[in-house]
Amino acid sequence: MLVLIGYSFNASPLVSVWGGFSTNWYTQLIHNDQILDAAWLSLKIGVVVSTGALILGTLAAIALVRFKLFRGRLLLTGIVNAPLVMPEIVTGITQLLLFVSMLRVFGWPHRGFTTIVIAHIAFCTAYVTITVQSRLYGADRSLEEAAMDLGAGPVRAFIDTTLPAIAPALVSSWLLSFTLSLDDLVISSFVSGPGASTLPMVIFSKVKLGISPDVNALASLIICLVGICVLFAGHLMRSGERRRVLDAQMAEH
Amino acid sequence: MTQEILEHMPARIAPRSIGARLKGRGKWLIILPPLLFLMVFFLIPFGFALMISFADTAVRVPPFTDILSVSPDWHIHITLNLGNFKYLFADEVYGLSYFYSLKTAFFSTLICLALGYPMAYGIARSSKSTQTILLLIIILPFWTSFLLRVYALEGIIRDTGLLNTALLWLGVIDHPLQIMRTTFAVYIGIVYSYLPFMVLPLFATLEKLDHSLLEAAGDLGSPPWRAFLEITLPLSMPGIIAGSMLVFIPAIGEFVIPTLLGGPNNLMIGRVLWDEFFGNRDWPVASAVAIAFLVLLVGPMALYQHYSTKQLES
Repeated sequence: MLVLIGYSFNASPLVSVWGGFSTNWYTQLIHNDQILDAAWLSLKIGVVVSTGALILGTLAAIALVRFKLFRGRLLLTGIVNAPLVMPEIVTGITQLLLFVSMLRVFGWPHRGFTTIVIAHIAFCTAYVTITVQSRLYGADRSLEEAAMDLGAGPVRAFIDTTLPAIAPALVSSWLLSFTLSLDDLVISSFVSGPGASTLPMVIFSKVKLGISPDVNALASLIICLVGICVLFAGHLMRSGERRRVLDAQMAEH
Repeated sequence: MTQEILEHMPARIAPRSIGARLKGRGKWLIILPPLLFLMVFFLIPFGFALMISFADTAVRVPPFTDILSVSPDWHIHITLNLGNFKYLFADEVYGLSYFYSLKTAFFSTLICLALGYPMAYGIARSSKSTQTILLLIIILPFWTSFLLRVYALEGIIRDTGLLNTALLWLGVIDHPLQIMRTTFAVYIGIVYSYLPFMVLPLFATLEKLDHSLLEAAGDLGSPPWRAFLEITLPLSMPGIIAGSMLVFIPAIGEFVIPTLLGGPNNLMIGRVLWDEFFGNRDWPVASAVAIAFLVLLVGPMALYQHYSTKQLES
């Protein structure tokens, strides 16, 4: 990684030769419309996907942890875990076939933004469910029961007591979905249509031809961006944790 | 008076858990959205793939024929074409690539296990603060782009890359080692990319391990290696299986690594599928390859599912 960042400032067009320090590749990057469009598309997809996956995944996690017995429990468990182990290439091809058939029958969805979003939500939901599920198992249920004893309805009790407790898991699973969506190449390539190329698709087509200096520059930017996000998320979670510990101490006195 | 108080305490009488309180419609409002979404967009697509694997190629959009057709006199015709599956057996490229993918995934998993077990063991036995840092280092790659990591790896192992430059400079070798476009590069890529998936489940089981058992074994005169073989290893079996499946299954279907790092000989099934689909535009054969691939994976997936749900619920 560090090597990559170092090379991105290389002035020489030959990647293996060090030609002095230069920000030339970054300037070129800013003027590359193809890459900018792809990056913008990927970011838009990422935000929609992680929000959608967060909602669906959290619901699935609540269903699996709190409702012990219901018809379809086995089906839900299987269907939530399967995308984690299903090779992307198989998921991608089957989803494309569904979209194509749906388009013929219903005239919707057209391949592009919509199909990529749907396909990404399907596999990100699995990651959200796993993360939130393990947190819910650990969450203290007595608070919820106390709230209900005091007359709160089940939804209210959940929102006031358990939701704050699982908030760190929600934040981290949103971010995880975002990075997974931003990073996905295989599924996007299958379900995307003409004119909708995400950032990984553009990078992949460039990388296949060999090392290229503007990809180095792009990669460095992405790494820095993600690094900042991770630090921020880590900080958020740690301060949340600290506040909870403080609250607990206050409550004891 | 007492009567009144009792009336205002409905929660005492009502069932105490949310699951029990949310009955009927409320419950299904939570269960149905994710269930339906995943049914429609994850499970049902496999049905379509199965159907289209029996179709024929056609020069049109989308490039395959209909299986179901309704004739003017309202008879439904089902045209099944078994040719795609016959083709899979007839053309040895598919059999070879299946076998090659299995072999590559199997050895990559073994290497990951051999490297990952000591790592997970070390992390589980270290102090809490070092543990956090070490875990962070293991998890960090999850947050950076997979494609870029493979690309960065190429920068290290290619002929003029960092590794060869360093070795040449040190005088260990006098001409660059050819690593790129070899099977070795594919192994390096897979192990490097999937090692965290092995370490994390292993760590989860090893951390929970009851150390008093090991102490008891030591007290009773058992040498450390025997205690390891008879206590640690069997108890960490769920982690070993979960980790191995997490490496093995995606490694079989790996597409990016053999394409970017491997040579023309590294024909893994993911690559064949991709070429069939994008290169030859033969969607029915690609579907048949995917379905056959899936059949191959059912065993390992069920195994993983079994151990991971057991671990989560314990």
